[in-house]
Amino acid sequence: MTYLIQGKTGDWEVVIGLEVHAQVVSNAKLFSGAATEFGAEPNTQVSLVDAAMPGMLPVINAKCVEQAVRTGLGLKAKINLTSVFERKNYFYPDLPFGYQISQYLHPIVGEGIVALDMPDGTTREVGIERLHLEQDAGKSLHDQDPNRTYIDLNRAGVALMEIVSKPDLRSPDEAGAYLRKLRTILRYLGTCDGNMEQGSMRCDVNVSVRKPGEGLRTRCEIKNVNSVRFVMQAIETEAERQIDLYEAGDSVIQETRLYDPDKGETRSMRSKEEAHDYRYFPDPDLLPLVLEQSFVDRLRADLPELPDTKKARFMSELGLNQADAALLAGDREMAAYFETVAKGRDPKLAANWTINELSAVLNKRGLDITESPVSAEHLGALIGLLMDNTISSRIAKDVFEEMVETGADPARIVEAKGLKQITDSGAIEAAVDKVIADNPAQAEQYRSGDQKVTGWFVGQVMKATGGKANPKMVNELLRKKLGS
Amino acid sequence: MSDLTRLTIAEARDGLAAKQFTAEELARAHIKAMEATRDLNAFVTETPEIALLRAKESDARRAKGAVASGMDGIPTAVKDLFCTEGVRTTASSHMLEDFVPTYESTVSMNLRKAGSVMLGKTNMDEFAMGSANITSYFGPVKNPWRLNDGKDRVPGGSSGGSAAAVAAHAAMCATGSDTGGSIRQPAAFCGIVGLKPTYGRCSRWGMVAFASSLDQAGPMTRSVRDAAIMMQAMVGYDPKDSTMANEPIPDFEAALKGSVKGLKVGIPAEYRIDGMTKETEASWQAGIDWLKAAGAEPVEVSLPHTKDALAAYYIVAPAEASSNLARYDGVRYGLRESADDLTDMYEKTRAAGFGREVRRRIMIGTYVLSAGYYDAYYVKAQKVRALIAHEFAEAFKRADVLLTPTTPFPAFALGEKMDDPLQMYINDVFTVPASLAGLPAMSLPAGLSADGLPLGLHLIGKPFDEETVLRAGLAIEQAADFKMLPQLLRAGS
Amino acid sequence: MALDTETVRRIARLARIRVPEDDLAPLADELSHIMNWVEQLDAVDTSNIAALTSVADIRLPQREDKVNDGGAPEKVLANAPDRQGNFFAVPKVVE
Repeated sequence: MTYLIQGKTGDWEVVIGLEVHAQVVSNAKLFSGAATEFGAEPNTQVSLVDAAMPGMLPVINAKCVEQAVRTGLGLKAKINLTSVFERKNYFYPDLPFGYQISQYLHPIVGEGIVALDMPDGTTREVGIERLHLEQDAGKSLHDQDPNRTYIDLNRAGVALMEIVSKPDLRSPDEAGAYLRKLRTILRYLGTCDGNMEQGSMRCDVNVSVRKPGEGLRTRCEIKNVNSVRFVMQAIETEAERQIDLYEAGDSVIQETRLYDPDKGETRSMRSKEEAHDYRYFPDPDLLPLVLEQSFVDRLRADLPELPDTKKARFMSELGLNQADAALLAGDREMAAYFETVAKGRDPKLAANWTINELSAVLNKRGLDITESPVSAEHLGALIGLLMDNTISSRIAKDVFEEMVETGADPARIVEAKGLKQITDSGAIEAAVDKVIADNPAQAEQYRSGDQKVTGWFVGQVMKATGGKANPKMVNELLRKKLGS
Repeated sequence: MSDLTRLTIAEARDGLAAKQFTAEELARAHIKAMEATRDLNAFVTETPEIALLRAKESDARRAKGAVASGMDGIPTAVKDLFCTEGVRTTASSHMLEDFVPTYESTVSMNLRKAGSVMLGKTNMDEFAMGSANITSYFGPVKNPWRLNDGKDRVPGGSSGGSAAAVAAHAAMCATGSDTGGSIRQPAAFCGIVGLKPTYGRCSRWGMVAFASSLDQAGPMTRSVRDAAIMMQAMVGYDPKDSTMANEPIPDFEAALKGSVKGLKVGIPAEYRIDGMTKETEASWQAGIDWLKAAGAEPVEVSLPHTKDALAAYYIVAPAEASSNLARYDGVRYGLRESADDLTDMYEKTRAAGFGREVRRRIMIGTYVLSAGYYDAYYVKAQKVRALIAHEFAEAFKRADVLLTPTTPFPAFALGEKMDDPLQMYINDVFTVPASLAGLPAMSLPAGLSADGLPLGLHLIGKPFDEETVLRAGLAIEQAADFKMLPQLLRAGS
Repeated sequence: MALDTETVRRIARLARIRVPEDDLAPLADELSHIMNWVEQLDAVDTSNIAALTSVADIRLPQREDKVNDGGAPEKVLANAPDRQGNFFAVPKVVE
């Protein structure tokens, strides 16, 4: 079902393409040996090369090349064994050389695919146009001084992967799903930490609208949106702006805009001058990058299991449904946690507990799965106790709460608190008999046709047994005893 | 001129070894000569204290028996586009007038480690753009060679200061840089030897960049042997320069031992051009005859695209320069003009900081890279460049080395050839093709014109075959027996 | 190809070099003169050759992913025309 916006003159479709700038995980920068860590004191992670001093020359970092290729493989994309670095020339104070070393006509990675897990269980494929390596710029601080801008070059020269999607996205939700999936893949591969708040992953959004069936109309680019939520909002806002223009008889000008989340609107970035002429040409300080097929093959062989494969395996081998499989496979650490919990146990139970009970605790406490107060081994053990009927599911919830507080081993808790489930039919029968004997009025209610009172009876038996009686057996025995 | 400033590097090397004099004495003699020849304006910054310090260090090393190389103790001038740590480096531009690098270029560091003694930073055409050393912010350089017509002559460019200093015996040798002929052409105009090695032989790290795919550092000396000795101290693989070749480094001086018997010397027909003086042609012929007499075999070769090389160069070099000079924006170093806002600052700074020729080339470069023109100009020029490189490769199947004149005419007077930039560009017509193809090439003095100005001969070699170039050069040098001194140094002048 | 003053104005803007109004026309003439000369390359047949990528016939060397540079803000800021603490300072950008 296509997402459509209702305008005054009919329905409108939205066409979206996303350009993601992902900072590469590496120790040093793309063309210099300065560090890449976030948050350092200004200009302390700047080599003379990054500062573009006279006579400085770039030398490419092998790790960044590897990370780009691995990402390309994760996007099921074509790896271009020969690629060329070109200079993108423009002036800005956080661009020390007066050009950015990027790739233009010959990027390192070509076309690929990202598969989105849709809520209705289907998979939608979004095309990747290309991925290329380029330098990040430094930071300009405009708000520190009324007359001057401060420049920090720590970020200048950090490796970025620019990942360009095809204009295949058709709704804000799809765009959100794409970004989340892309981030998952990058984090799985360890090629980018996907932290949008810190700016290690940024998104430029290209939006155009059209009447269904038409070709593409003019698009606008919304630059540097730094959260998935804002991307989705920006798309909606911009699409509506464009529709309003067309319906008023105006046209949309191709331009660059910024999203203002406080005002909920996009603003033009157009300055006095015309569009940039970047004058791309191959960087004469660098030669073409030539990779061996054996190098690519080796990287492919060493890739970790990727989210789509993991999800498929969870479904086929462990019998999980699409939604649960997608959720668990969606985060590498979460998947690893789950697999430890599920080892040798009922995977559906394991999935249930991980997705519901555990995630509720993590969300409430604002913790990441890697900070879980309950270890995967312990959660697995708890499920084991459930599976062999040592405890009932009600008791298990109590034990789990204690595990969260103390981090203790579930078997230890059960032992210490004497929480083992009573499964001895004789003992339960005795309890049932006593409850029935003590409550003749309610027994009479049941016999005269009021089935609802069964629940009350179960409650009484559970109370009498300190909650430890096996509920199924209680139910069976009650029915047997009361029914007669 | 004192005896000590008459010496070549080879002679000084022997003299130092034989303890006939010390490095300190050599340094003092050259410092005096540098002062005495200030009228030439060959130096932007004189560094006598550093020279004496390094000379003393050299003597101390020698006393311990730890001589660093054949260059140990040799008074050397350094072209002012090699960044020298703690010493102002200007590229002869107002833009970098007060720039003091906190780092040393690889080539000047190599020379330092080899024990050479830095006399000072030499004047040049601004940002290496020019063929007469008249575009320097610090004023033009004068050629120590002059005629009796009362006019000053240009030393050539862009390494005009280095060439003049060496020719005037104010320095025993100097570093130069060559992009389209900037070592070889001034060497020819000043009657000295200038060698541009194969592209990728010397590191460009720390050299103020003009055109990255063409720039190369090289020695400027008074003999072919000296060029070999100095070259040895300048080369060395540098992983900080991605365009360096990791080729084995030969012993350049040992290469001089062989003879040129049987050597095939290619004579490219297309270098016989209209603008060439009769004496230049005669000098060329003399060169051919000398080599033949030494046992070499002249062969005709054809380089049909020679006539297109200059145009290709004046597209590619300005294009790369326009991008390489974008960093001079007043933000992190160099000149900054006061301004109301950022764009104002950029525009005013760059208009004030760059001279006319530099501004012109940046504009040409920006234009040929701009949207709509990139394919027609830049790509086209790079294709022509590929043709030229291919032609040389073909010629080198029939010849071991090529011989041409270095320039179509000798040093002209200051003020001449100013009406039209194209007149200035023609200076490089013979040197540019070897630059475009990245080939090693050397100029050496062959004789004097009738009125008494040096004429240079130009040898072009195969990639990484500086050895053959040097060997052929030695043969010419021996036959030419060029012992003339510039008028400046003759008794009574 | 002749360059007009509008083109020169545009190039000067791209190159961030101020050219006074009066200089635009003479500069246009100078540049046109040079461009007309380099256009001789149009006559060269380059249909069968690829553009030169580099005269250096080698592979692009790659460095190890090691932090061995930076950490010296004084060196980086030593020649700064205007600095504020460890920041470079420039006049404000007018958006």
